[in-house]
Amino acid sequence: MAVEGDLVEMGALIGAGLACTGMGGAAVGVGHVVGNYLSGALRNPTAAGGQTATMFIGIAFSEALGIFSFLIALLLMYAQ
Amino acid sequence: MAAEEGGSPFNIHPMDQFVIKPLFGDGEILWYTPTNMTLWMGVAVLAVIGLLVLGTRRRAMVPSRSQSVAEEIYTFVHKMVEDIAGKAGLKYFPYIMTLFMFILLANIVGLLPLSFTSTSHIAVTATMAIAVFLSVTILGIVKSGTKFLSLFWISDAPLPLRPILAVIEIISYFVRPVSHSIRLAGNMMAGHAVIKVFAGFAGALGIGAVAPIVAIMAVYGLEMLVVVIQAYVFTILTCVYLNDALHPGH
Repeated sequence: MAVEGDLVEMGALIGAGLACTGMGGAAVGVGHVVGNYLSGALRNPTAAGGQTATMFIGIAFSEALGIFSFLIALLLMYAQ
Repeated sequence: MAAEEGGSPFNIHPMDQFVIKPLFGDGEILWYTPTNMTLWMGVAVLAVIGLLVLGTRRRAMVPSRSQSVAEEIYTFVHKMVEDIAGKAGLKYFPYIMTLFMFILLANIVGLLPLSFTSTSHIAVTATMAIAVFLSVTILGIVKSGTKFLSLFWISDAPLPLRPILAVIEIISYFVRPVSHSIRLAGNMMAGHAVIKVFAGFAGALGIGAVAPIVAIMAVYGLEMLVVVIQAYVFTILTCVYLNDALHPGH
């Protein structure tokens, strides 16, 4: 059975697939931040409102790294 | 109509929507050529002017709808700057409000069909992020002099650790504009690319296209949320960096 095609393109696509595993870590990180916020908010609802800003900053930082890995995957797939 | 699959899976070209094309004709793109990028950035600016200037033109005591929205946004950003950067940060409120309104409306305008998201390009977001970085650094050095360096020298840590922590802090300080810009550009590009990929599936499936269309609706809703949150996050991180510059020291 002969495999046709470009080795470079295969390498790029495999790399894109591997890069996507980075998003799993980002998802766990975001869930961790929000889960901790929720458990704190259910214990102390009045203090929770003031910390929504902190929660959003935490979400942004941890999601950013997932976006970086998605960006690498997209670049490998479409802009070799 | 038979369901059509492409010869290779890559008949879908989700990245074509991010190509900058001149508006008139196909010539080369010089600095004064109107392109789709400049058109949609102009639309975003006009939308900001329409909302803020025209909305509050009547200055009624009982506000109309646009005046309400404009006042809400103003109060929101004002409160955010004051909470995070303190009274000294309020002097820079116009700059932060400009950043917030432009990013918010450029993102929202990009959600319209057939439009172009100007903030999905690194060029646009990197310009804003570098502007924030340079202005915050220069501000910190001018306002605090050498006390600005106490941002990197953490006096709460034990003395042998401080040089190592200083190196780490300096590196993470210089990574700030990188992450600041890539966060916004990556989020916008990723959202629109995913929508385009699902649209490609829908085009290829014939009658089974209902499933990708429902998926597109879900991703589009998520994208609307992400658009507002990313504008908010860019602005709030700018306020945090501003606070670091105005009140340095751990």
